[in-house]
Amino acid sequence: MNTATRPSYLRWAAIALVFVGGGFGAASREGLSLAIPNLGEVPIAIPIINVVGAFLLGYLYEAVTRLDKARPTGANLKLLLGTGFCGGFTTYSSLATDTAVLFRDGLPGSAVIYALATVIIGACATWAGIAIASAVNNRSSSPRKDEQEDAT
Amino acid sequence: MTPGIFLMLALAGGLGAVVRFILDGFIRAHSKTRFAWATTIINVSGSLVLGFLTGLTIEHFVSTDVSIVIGTGFLGGYTTFSTASYETVQLIKKGRYGASFISGIVMLVVSVAAAVIGLWVGAEL
Repeated sequence: MNTATRPSYLRWAAIALVFVGGGFGAASREGLSLAIPNLGEVPIAIPIINVVGAFLLGYLYEAVTRLDKARPTGANLKLLLGTGFCGGFTTYSSLATDTAVLFRDGLPGSAVIYALATVIIGACATWAGIAIASAVNNRSSSPRKDEQEDAT
Repeated sequence: MTPGIFLMLALAGGLGAVVRFILDGFIRAHSKTRFAWATTIINVSGSLVLGFLTGLTIEHFVSTDVSIVIGTGFLGGYTTFSTASYETVQLIKKGRYGASFISGIVMLVVSVAAAVIGLWVGAEL
């Protein structure tokens, strides 16, 4: 199978971008979770990280879809910053396990609120990321069209 | 945490992200259903294993360093919240509310159940 027909997930360059982004994402997550203390018995660093990452991914994907389709920059940015960094930065297994530990510690109310609030606020953050990227790019793309018109 | 453990955590995180990327691509290429199950399968399996590892760590069967590298690093890089959230929002925007409920709430409930089972088994060993 040559490089041209090989799917993205089997190309070494794509794998390397995801590896680098994922490593930096995981390191950033650990750095932040060491810096942010627990709120009582509830670990709040991971939900904050997940919500921030959900916002960033929404912003990134929306911004990238507006890039020039002919260049590979968009696809590479998605791999490095999206699949790699945001994917490695955010975590679902910690969300699920921290919730399970809250249940185990006899705090079912906190467990349910912790899990549901993360998912709902996370979805709102993604939505906001998409909306802001869309608004910013609409504004910045209008003058560019004017310039092109002037040039012709 | 020593710098060496932190570096191993980062490398394990990168490796976890690569495993997610390849598995995700493989599942999407070989599944015929309309709903994208890849992220659900990845997050539920990662939650089960992290629950198990956490159970082992609570009972001191596994050292904290191992738990940090494999749990926080590899499984943290393998599972992803941001993609799950993005897919849920895209399904809502397309008006596919049933599918968005699976991507948002069912994935959460099944992942937590998997983590509870993993935690229980790990702590009972």
